[in-house]
Amino acid sequence: MLNIENLSFSYDQKPVFTGLNLTLSPGERIALMGPSGCGKSTLLQLIAGLLSAKEGTLQKGYSKLSYVFQEPRLFPWLTVKQNLEAVLTSKEDATERIAEALRLVRLSDSADLYPEELSGGMKIRASLARALVNQGDLFLLDEPFASLDLELREEISIALRKELGRRGSSAILVTHHLEDAKRFADRIVLFDDLKK
Amino acid sequence: MKYAKKIGQTLLIALFWLSVWHIAAWRVGKPALLPTPWAVLVRLVELMQTAAFYKTTLTSLWNILLGILLAVLAGCVLSMLTACSAVARRLFFPVMSVIKATPVASFIILALIWIGSARVPTFITILIVLPVLWTNLDTGFTSMDPKLGEVAKVYRFSFWKRIRLLILPSLKPYFVSACRTSLGLAWKAGVAAEIIAMPRNTIGAMIGDAKQYIQTADMFAWTITVILLSLVIEFVFAALFDKATEKTGKKARVYAEH
Repeated sequence: MLNIENLSFSYDQKPVFTGLNLTLSPGERIALMGPSGCGKSTLLQLIAGLLSAKEGTLQKGYSKLSYVFQEPRLFPWLTVKQNLEAVLTSKEDATERIAEALRLVRLSDSADLYPEELSGGMKIRASLARALVNQGDLFLLDEPFASLDLELREEISIALRKELGRRGSSAILVTHHLEDAKRFADRIVLFDDLKK
Repeated sequence: MKYAKKIGQTLLIALFWLSVWHIAAWRVGKPALLPTPWAVLVRLVELMQTAAFYKTTLTSLWNILLGILLAVLAGCVLSMLTACSAVARRLFFPVMSVIKATPVASFIILALIWIGSARVPTFITILIVLPVLWTNLDTGFTSMDPKLGEVAKVYRFSFWKRIRLLILPSLKPYFVSACRTSLGLAWKAGVAAEIIAMPRNTIGAMIGDAKQYIQTADMFAWTITVILLSLVIEFVFAALFDKATEKTGKKARVYAEH
């Protein structure tokens, strides 16, 4: 699914990380942990093609990507439902897929609301629903549970794990919470270990 | 009740300023210098009873609306070009600055020499509206949220989907603001161009004639016509905009207004 070898990245000649290695098998879910600023989110952006590395190789074996950014990044002029529709490439089963994704993140009653009418946690859940509707075979999840309360955090992380397992999708979860990592991932990876 | 109160207040304010005007005209005592509001109203009604009034009004309306339309089209194309190319932006930026800084009267005289009187009002309207449109849309393009652009990239939006869901909604508030500012400016500059260039059957030419023969009531009547036309156009535009945003929802309108 993903093979990273000896990857290095710098912002304005200031190295973020060097010589990074990571392999992700199809259907595998890993949790990436490490101190703030170590480059976890940067790695996700490199995988998504939003940044490009100058050194190392990044072999991508996926065809479709679903990305939950650290911020919700919803289109403010679209309702929750329209935000989900925006990432669909075909209208086939659109209504069912959207309803299912909203049900999974417990936002079924908020489909017609605009982002500014949602709380911070609801926005992130809408962003998660958008990623689910897109049906990517690789999910990049940048702290998606951080703004959720404990009960919802547990419920949604378990539901997401089940759903990705059912679909056979791979995932990289960036988190600071060991409990989230243990609940969601097959393997926990410490960012510093990737550099060895 | 609230609506009736608002109308009542507006009427009272209008009555106050009409009284000030009337007292000033009465004190001056020379209709050639300052006619009374009543005399201007009588003259306006007289003018409105002639076919020439409507022909004149429609000609000016056409000249200015055509200028606005062409400037909007040119402004959209130009801003897209300058958003896509840094070279184009560097190339056109000084041109727009020069157009904005040049006195309208200089352009009117030059246009009169270059293209003849009939097309001057439209040309001047374009010159006035274009920099406003371009500046606003350029700001819209540069302040577009790059994070939403990344969402479009990750989720592989097609070119048209990117235009429809990202670029047009991002630019809408800037476009609307530019149009609202331009409408008033277009009327002022367009009629000024008509007064200097004196093309046939235009409001500006009528004001010019009235000045020539010191028919001050006529000048006031035509000026009031321009003000009313400008207000009506602005009202129609606002109504069209509200209707368009209603389709995309209440919150979208709120977003656009900020």
